[in-house]
Amino acid sequence: MSTLIAPPQPRKPWVATPKQRLSSVGIYLASALVSYLLVAVTPMKGKLAYFAIFFFASLIIDFVRSYMQRGIASAKDAVARGFVSVGMTLAVFPIFSILFQVVKRGYKGLSFGLFTHDMSLTSPSDPIANGGLIHAISGTFILVAIALIVAMPIGILTAIYLTEIRGKFAKPIKFLVQAMSGVPSIVAGLFILSAYVYPVTGALSGFAGSLALMILMIPTIARTSEEVLLLIPPDLREAGVALGGTQWRTVALVVVPAAKSGLVTALILGIARVAGETAPLVLLTGGGEKVNSNPFSGPMGSLPMYIWKCFGQGSEQSIARAWTGILVLLVIVLALFTMARFLSERKVSK
Amino acid sequence: MTLLENKSSNIPAPREITTKPRFSDKVFRGVVTAGGLSSLAILGLILIYLTYQGYDVLKSQGFSFITGSAWNVFTDDAGNIDYTQTKFGIAAMLIGTILCATIAVLIAVPISVLTALYLSFYAPSGIRKFLVAVIDLMAAFPSVLFGIWGFFVLMPSAEYWGKLLHKFFGFLPFFNMQVPVFTRSPFVAGVVLAIMIIPIVTSISREIFGQTPLDRIQAAYALGATRWAMIKAVVIPYGRSGVVGGAMLGLGRAMGETVAVYTVLNIVYQINWQVLLGAGGNVASMILLKFGEAGPGEIKALMAAGLVLFILTLIVNSIADLIVKSSGGKGR
Repeated sequence: MSTLIAPPQPRKPWVATPKQRLSSVGIYLASALVSYLLVAVTPMKGKLAYFAIFFFASLIIDFVRSYMQRGIASAKDAVARGFVSVGMTLAVFPIFSILFQVVKRGYKGLSFGLFTHDMSLTSPSDPIANGGLIHAISGTFILVAIALIVAMPIGILTAIYLTEIRGKFAKPIKFLVQAMSGVPSIVAGLFILSAYVYPVTGALSGFAGSLALMILMIPTIARTSEEVLLLIPPDLREAGVALGGTQWRTVALVVVPAAKSGLVTALILGIARVAGETAPLVLLTGGGEKVNSNPFSGPMGSLPMYIWKCFGQGSEQSIARAWTGILVLLVIVLALFTMARFLSERKVSK
Repeated sequence: MTLLENKSSNIPAPREITTKPRFSDKVFRGVVTAGGLSSLAILGLILIYLTYQGYDVLKSQGFSFITGSAWNVFTDDAGNIDYTQTKFGIAAMLIGTILCATIAVLIAVPISVLTALYLSFYAPSGIRKFLVAVIDLMAAFPSVLFGIWGFFVLMPSAEYWGKLLHKFFGFLPFFNMQVPVFTRSPFVAGVVLAIMIIPIVTSISREIFGQTPLDRIQAAYALGATRWAMIKAVVIPYGRSGVVGGAMLGLGRAMGETVAVYTVLNIVYQINWQVLLGAGGNVASMILLKFGEAGPGEIKALMAAGLVLFILTLIVNSIADLIVKSSGGKGR
């Protein structure tokens, strides 16, 4: 006769046991209690006090628990874990605060009229339902489109130079692209002012704004494209050359098509980088209140400029308009960003 | 004999094999190289044009453009700048720029390094993916958004923090102040800038930490190290210089920021080292502030100020880039 031996249960020693979980929850509850009591008893008040006392209380309790259970090394580890979590919270908190505040303060101004009217007949103190930002949206679209048309070839050619040709200038160019990404936006604006607006046209225009945006866009496109092209396996290039293709045909017909979605990601990130750029547009575009489809003459509105102007006017209604403008701008940036992420994830999975 | 001779005439002539590019490749290489060199051209043109426009001002002011802190414009009847009396000096603004940027880096670097450590070594993979996306997204937020959010939402809190600092650390010289005006101080601007540069410093630190050799990490664990002991013994020595480079990159960004600082900083033309006092300066914001009312002569001075800012950020960024590139491969 055979005795049935029960197979051993699979164990997961790295997963916290219910007892450990319970004690972690206990620590948080105890810290919350301590912070509540201390805020009630001592003169320390406010959200900051709750947060700080909760943090230090949980740190101390966790330290003591770890020390009693597993000694000083474990206790130090617990303190480090506490600090790391707080650092992470502090970094992420502003993002959620920004998103929350923008939605909370901006949604009131949303209406369909926003996308059919401009501000030419609306004064700052008019109710928020008057006027709209079609001029700003169309202006931003035109500005970014022109900037993209100029920056796309330059950025992608730079990336191709760095990855395909790798000539003797590769190192200095890489360095310069990095340096260019640190050019303050206001300096780009001043440069276009001194090199294009004063000597050539003498008047502010949308095209001048586009040129400044182009300068800010090139490094983003070049660096992202470079990363993407580096991911293309060298086998593809070798195969292209082995089939008798010249370098030009290999790059144009093999490498670039293989990197297509990544390059589109680079372009989208470039757009997202400049869509909210304000300082050069304040210097260069003049900021009109009407829809202007000619980038070469007349002031041109744009979303950041609209926000900037409304903020500057200071009345209650125009501040509300500024928040609505921010909400629209943020939605655009978010949409671009999500698109870029989606595309780049597809690139990895293929 | 004849047979062999016949055969030899059939042997093809030796071919010349060359690596010389064809014509189409030459054109291709030329075009791509030209595209690649455009960044050099643009940076060079920025330097040339700003110098050209600001030359009059720089020549008339000399070194006092950087060391002086007066900005008094005198014009003659025709509206031209009278260079004998006019004083342009951006010392107060330069000091303010460095002050705000330094505050930003001091606040942002610890938070960013801790965040990067969390993302690299503590976070479960689902949460890590989400947080990395969120922090990358924050890097794409427009600066005008930070400015307005900072003005309406953050500033009341930041003022309160400033008051606390003054109350408890007022004995330190830079937290001390005679007139209790906390609104729109360099400290508030520094906090806003810190939030703006957290994403970039975090992502660079994360990249550096991610390059830590896995064998060393596992060796530390195998020797019985806790997570913190492993980080202290392996990750920090390995990534230290990269984090310094990332911090400098953040410093460069913070120095060039315009709109966000403009909204939260009260720009006053005096050298102010008291970080909590509501009077500061920033070259980029000053340019934006003066631009609206400036005449042609004053705009030249703004161009010169832009040139100084450009060179300053270029130097800081280059040093940062060199540090980040040379980091890695070190450590115990």
